[in-house]
Amino acid sequence: MRRATSDHWLMRCLLIAITGAFILFFLIFPVAVILVEALRNGIGFYFSSLTAHHSQTAIRLTLLVALAVVPLNTIFGVCAAWAVTHFQFRGKALLISLIEIPLWVSPVIGGLVFALIFGQKGWLGPWLTAHNIQILFAYPGIVLATAFVTFPFVARGLIPLMQSQGSAEEEAALTLGANGWQLFWRVSFPKIKWGVLHGMILCNARAMGEFGAVSVVAGSVDDRITMPLQIEQYYLNFSLPQAFALASLLLLLSVITLAIKIALEWRKLAPVITRLH
Amino acid sequence: MNAVSPIVERRYRQTPLETVQKQPQIFRRISRKHILPGFHLTLGFTIFYLSTIVLIPLAALVLKTVTPTADFPSIYHVIGHVVRVAFDLRSLDSYRLSFGLSFVAALLDGFFGFIAAWALIRYSFPGKKIVDAMVDLPFAMPTSVAGLALTQVFSTNGGYIGQVLDEWFGWKIAYTVWGILIALTFIGFPFVVRTLQPVMADLAVEVEEAAACLGANRWQTFCRVIFPAVSPALLTGIMLAFGRAVGEYGSIVFISSMIPYLTEITPQLIIIKLEEFDYVGAAGLGLVMLLMSFFIVASVNLLQHLATRHRRVA
Repeated sequence: MRRATSDHWLMRCLLIAITGAFILFFLIFPVAVILVEALRNGIGFYFSSLTAHHSQTAIRLTLLVALAVVPLNTIFGVCAAWAVTHFQFRGKALLISLIEIPLWVSPVIGGLVFALIFGQKGWLGPWLTAHNIQILFAYPGIVLATAFVTFPFVARGLIPLMQSQGSAEEEAALTLGANGWQLFWRVSFPKIKWGVLHGMILCNARAMGEFGAVSVVAGSVDDRITMPLQIEQYYLNFSLPQAFALASLLLLLSVITLAIKIALEWRKLAPVITRLH
Repeated sequence: MNAVSPIVERRYRQTPLETVQKQPQIFRRISRKHILPGFHLTLGFTIFYLSTIVLIPLAALVLKTVTPTADFPSIYHVIGHVVRVAFDLRSLDSYRLSFGLSFVAALLDGFFGFIAAWALIRYSFPGKKIVDAMVDLPFAMPTSVAGLALTQVFSTNGGYIGQVLDEWFGWKIAYTVWGILIALTFIGFPFVVRTLQPVMADLAVEVEEAAACLGANRWQTFCRVIFPAVSPALLTGIMLAFGRAVGEYGSIVFISSMIPYLTEITPQLIIIKLEEFDYVGAAGLGLVMLLMSFFIVASVNLLQHLATRHRRVA
């Protein structure tokens, strides 16, 4: 006999089927299409489209942007989590909500704000032109916009993690004579290292894949665009195989990110973050 | 041998609570604040970096909508232009599309997300762990990659579902409103599942057993017992998906034809204003979207507040 709290087997099959169909059509199918389309013209063509000049410059710029943004946001995340979890001060709740702002606003806004500051008719535009400094449509602008969008990623994971750990061990280390630096590297950091890694890979995935914010500040100057923008350029030029080849690289990145994230969360090394955006 | 000196004994007799209460107010505050090092350093850097990357740029956007420029000599001209752009027919159509489609997409996510979360929590089936892991894919996948893939899947000449639907029924998905809807549903799906899963896992079986003992059938139990308990989480998930969809740009660029008044979303209109060097207009539209996001944040916070209060009572 069926238990009172379990569903009828027909219902069960129906719901599992709906879930499976949704996942199949919306998630697995698009992923498979990227791989099929990328490899449609053979493996040789695939590698030649990845080593093409435009792809190469886009990959290099994307890596350089991530190399600047991820460390900056990681240092910020650790500092913010340290300040928020170990000390009491007025306006703490406000500070936490302010840190989360970039999660809520459209990525296009993240690019727009920097365009309004550094653009030709922006606040600093005329001054920058007079001094021949290029921020918009160049590396600094892309870094700023990406930093805005990925801003809370490390901090948001670390704050609940460090709150759950408390300050007792740090206080004990202090009474044993550790100075601040020793305290952080020998006591605190070993406790949060997986949480930091968790935040860093999420931050990195978003930084490399960001489209909206970067498309505002990068314009469409050919050798000054990141991988997602280059995918759009290839798509607009009807070079679909190249677009899919580049997309497959980003897909690989997101699959690796997901694998590390899940491995960390299932081993309870890092807090489960439900809201990644 | 184990004799305790009278002073120590007297100290021990006080409960810790009394000890804390007898400390002067100022001493308590300082000791809590300054036990660990690095307060000024970390808070200082946090506030500096937060201001540089987020607060000052956002303030620049808001100020842009009220500051006179060469084109708009007085504050009335500026605000007039902002209002004109914000309530322009083209902008209104873009809001209708952005907010309307995001709303429908969020409802679809709510429906499918509820079923998926229920199946993942309640049932066991082969491949369950893989399905659970794949739910996060729209989070991890760059939006441009998702947009490119969905466009290929649903375009009439892509050779996949879109071509079949066009040949059999004459339905066109990509480059129409339906394409945008599919992309927005795709990116919002994990929010509902991930918000619902912990709440569904926490549901007490005893409550359902009690409902069954009292004579409720499965459908009544679901409608009157289970659904009310998870509905705040469902609503939160739907609002999160809605908020994400409203700001989405990366995947829509690919799957939408971006025709003004018809398939043009608000973020796209902001970029067009910037390219026309209408910075004030772009800032105005940005402000509209910013206000909308804050409205969504506020309602999510309110929902969570209500949900926790509800749980505490129950």
